Formats: sequence, structure tokens, C-alpha cells
Amino acid sequence: MSLFYAFLAIIKRDLLLAVRRRTEIANPLLFFILVITLFPLGIGAQPHLLQAIAPGIIWVSALLAAMLSLDSLFRSDFDDGSLEQILLSPYPTSILVLAKIIAHWLVTGLPLLIVAPLLAVFLGMPTQSLGVLLLTLLLGTPVLSLIGAIGVALTVGLRRGGMILSLLVLPLYVPVLIFAGNAVEMAGSGLPVDAQINILISMLCLSLVLAPWPTAAALKMSVN
Amino acid sequence: MFLIPNAVVRFFHRMASPPHFYAFTDKVMPWLIIIFVLLTGFGLYGGLYLAPADYQQGDSYRIIYIHVPSAWMSLFIYMVMAISGAIGLVWRIKLAEIVAISSAPIGASFTFIALFTGSLWGKPMWGTWWVWDARLTSELILLFLYLGVIGLYGAIDDKRVASKAVAILALVGVVNIPIIHYSVEWWNTLHQGPTVTKMDKPSIHISMLIPLLLMALSFKFYYLIALIQRIRIELLQRERNAQWVKTKVLEQN
Amino acid sequence: MSLEQFLSMGGYGFYVWTSYGVTFLVLLANIIIPIMQRKQFFVKASKKQRQSL
Repeated sequence: MSLFYAFLAIIKRDLLLAVRRRTEIANPLLFFILVITLFPLGIGAQPHLLQAIAPGIIWVSALLAAMLSLDSLFRSDFDDGSLEQILLSPYPTSILVLAKIIAHWLVTGLPLLIVAPLLAVFLGMPTQSLGVLLLTLLLGTPVLSLIGAIGVALTVGLRRGGMILSLLVLPLYVPVLIFAGNAVEMAGSGLPVDAQINILISMLCLSLVLAPWPTAAALKMSVN
Repeated sequence: MFLIPNAVVRFFHRMASPPHFYAFTDKVMPWLIIIFVLLTGFGLYGGLYLAPADYQQGDSYRIIYIHVPSAWMSLFIYMVMAISGAIGLVWRIKLAEIVAISSAPIGASFTFIALFTGSLWGKPMWGTWWVWDARLTSELILLFLYLGVIGLYGAIDDKRVASKAVAILALVGVVNIPIIHYSVEWWNTLHQGPTVTKMDKPSIHISMLIPLLLMALSFKFYYLIALIQRIRIELLQRERNAQWVKTKVLEQN
Repeated sequence: MSLEQFLSMGGYGFYVWTSYGVTFLVLLANIIIPIMQRKQFFVKASKKQRQSL
């Protein structure tokens, strides 16, 4: 069995598990929609105000939804012992962990992209920034999953890891939030956003290469 | 390895052993305190009394003598924490692990001081307690990173495992700090008007610079003193079943 | 320069002395807390030793 086959097998297994437990897909999505619905209720329904802060609202909500969904990344595998099997397998742990993160993103990150246009319309965002919003979500949410995986791997062995996880992970999310939110805002006023998109791409490449290592190291530490 | 004199290697080997380190700190502590008091005395005398008032900011600029050294220390201690964490992770040196975690509360304190004094300086200069200035914001995020480290260490019961977790987290933070810093700087330059440029560094006069450097050095010595205090209690607690701690306890009675 | 002048810091006394004061307190706490913990540790450990003897 080659490494590539093992990689695909993990993705396939996790997707299958997700399909069988559909609430796991639905929960972050519902959370995302609910938080965005709360904003107009909290700050009033003036269209110009909502329009002005829409990129920030959507991105902060996506950030929170991504963070809340993180717990399911290793939790069930940790509980039933299959995580140990993954660590014991002859393949490099970091690659297998990457497979798990990709599967997790496909289940929890990708759906955000599908509902994001709807929410953008809710908040009255200009149509020309819709494409950029989707592009930033496409590039940004995988980074959130990759960085978040480090935090989950560090806290998966703890009984009450939830609060500490947000403390670990949210500060590291700041750069993504800054560039993605700004790109959407600039696009709304018709300015070029190449620089922001390029930076997001480089963040994605960097975290794809670097994040699986500490995640694997932290998992080994948590399982022992 | 053979480039380093044997005596130095032996010194480090001995320092890595807890009882030797404990005895060594007993010996150096008075000297550290003397140097710290002298540096702080001269630094404060030069900064608060000798140095003239700033022509633009009046006497309020004197906060610089604690604000800037604290901000430097906050970054410096994070680096120390990450490096000693990495040493502990790779070579399994107990003392390096302890240095890493003992640094965290001190670093967090300096970060807090930098933020607090910055806010007190900002009130008379900018007219508000807080601006989302690039430096203040990245300092705030640094504080969160420190609190994450402290929280994670507290949450894991097995302290050897906790040290490893902290080391990994600190290393991830080190990779991220420059990215966070530059992204915040970039974000701020787009959003903010020129209210902050008042703070642009004018070339600082020598009578102001010397006390600043003295204070920076004095904070370094303070860090050593505080670090040693924290290392000692951490060592005692981790090694409470070791023979040298038991004899120490007997001596205390 | 009189003491009063020195303390008023050209009208910025409140800001300057509050920041110095808080800095002093925070730095002091960072020294005192571990020393107290050490004292406590020795008290507890010697109690334990006496019990086991």
C-alpha cells in the first residue's frame, strides 16, 4: 500500500463518516448563518451600516464557525483509538494528518462557501465583491483548518479543551482575517485586490507545508 | 563541539543538573540584585531627573523609560521561551523546559506593562486611552499568545507533557509573530489617518538615549532575577521526591 | 527644581507616576509570588517529612 493510497483512504474514510453523521456538516453551517443573522438584530437594520461592515461580519463569523468545528477533527478518532493506529502506521504522520485536515475542510469549510453568497445578499453587499468574497473564503478557510489543527492536536487529550483552544488559535487567525476582510472591502469599492489575494495564496502554501509537522508532533504528545 | 573549550562544556553540563543549578543561583543572586539596583538607580535618575523635557511632548515622554524597554522585553522573552522550549524538545533537557515555562508569566507581565504604559502615554498625546495603532495591536496579540501558553501549561496535568506542548506552541508562535506583526502594520496603514505619525521616531538625544539603554539593561537583569525565582520553585516542585530536595527541606528547619 | 515641580511632571504627573507605579507593582509581584510559593513548599514538605519519620 503506497503512501498516496493511504492518503486517499483516510480522506475517503473521513468523508464517509461525515456523510453518516450529517449533523457534523450542518452544525458549523447553521452557526455561521445564525451569527450573521444576529448582527442586524444587534446593531440595527440600517442598510448602509450593514453594507459597510458586511465583509468583516462574514469573515469573523466564518472564523468562529471554523474554530467551533475544529473539535470534531480528531475527537472521535482520539476516543475510539483509531488515532493511535494512524500514529503507529509506517507512513509519515504529518502526511496522514494532512489528509485528515483536507477531509475535515471539505466537510466543514467548503459548505461555508456555498451559503456565503446568500448571506452577502442578506447584508446587502455589492455584487462585484461576491467573487472576491468566495475567492478569499476558498483560500482562507483551509488556512484556518491547517492552523487550527495544531491547536486541536495540542488540546485533544484534555477534557475541557474548548476554551483553551480558542485562546490558542484565534490570535494565529489574525493575519487571515486582516487580508481576507480587507480584500472583500476593497473589492466592494472597485479597487484591485491582487496583493491581498497573493498574500492569502502564500499563506495557504506556507501553512500547507509547515502546519502538518507541529500537528503531528502535538498528536504524538497528546496520545502518549 | 571541539571548538568549545572543555571547561565551558563542563559548566553547561553541570548547570543542566538541578541541584548544581540551585546552588549556583544561590551564589549569583546577590550580584544580580546589586547590578539590577545600580542600573535601575542610574537609569531612573538619568531619565526622570537629568534628561530634559521633550520639546513636543513635555514631561509625558518620560514614560518611554519603562514603556519601550518593556516592549523590547516582551519580544525578547518570547524568543527565549521558544528557543529554550526547542532545546528541551530536542535534547530533553529538563532545565530548558523549565526556563521556557517560567519565562511565560514574566513575558506576559512585560507585555501587559508595555500595553498599560502605552495607553497612559496615549491619553495625553493622542487624546484617547486606546488607538488601534499597529504596534499596540500586535502587542495585544502577543499578550494573547502568552496567555495561551500559560493556559495550556495549566490545563495539562502531567508537567513533562505540558512542557512539550508549550514548546510546540511557542515555536508555532515564533513563526507567526512576524506574519502577525507585518499584517497588522499593513492593516493599520490602510485604515488610519496620520494621528500616529506624531510618534514617528525623531532622532533621540543622547541624554535621553543613555537612560533608555540603562533601563533596557536593567530590565534584562530583572528578568534574570525573576526567572531564577520561578525556576527554583518549579524545580523544587518537580523534583520533590529527589534526595537533594529532601536535604534542602531538612536544612530549612 | 523643587520636589513639587518634579512630582507634577509638567502637568503629566498622573500619567507618568501611574505608569511607573503599576510597573513597579507588577514587577514586584513577579518576584514575591515565587518566593511565597517556595516558602509554602518548604513548610509543606517539612511537615510531610516529619510525618514520615
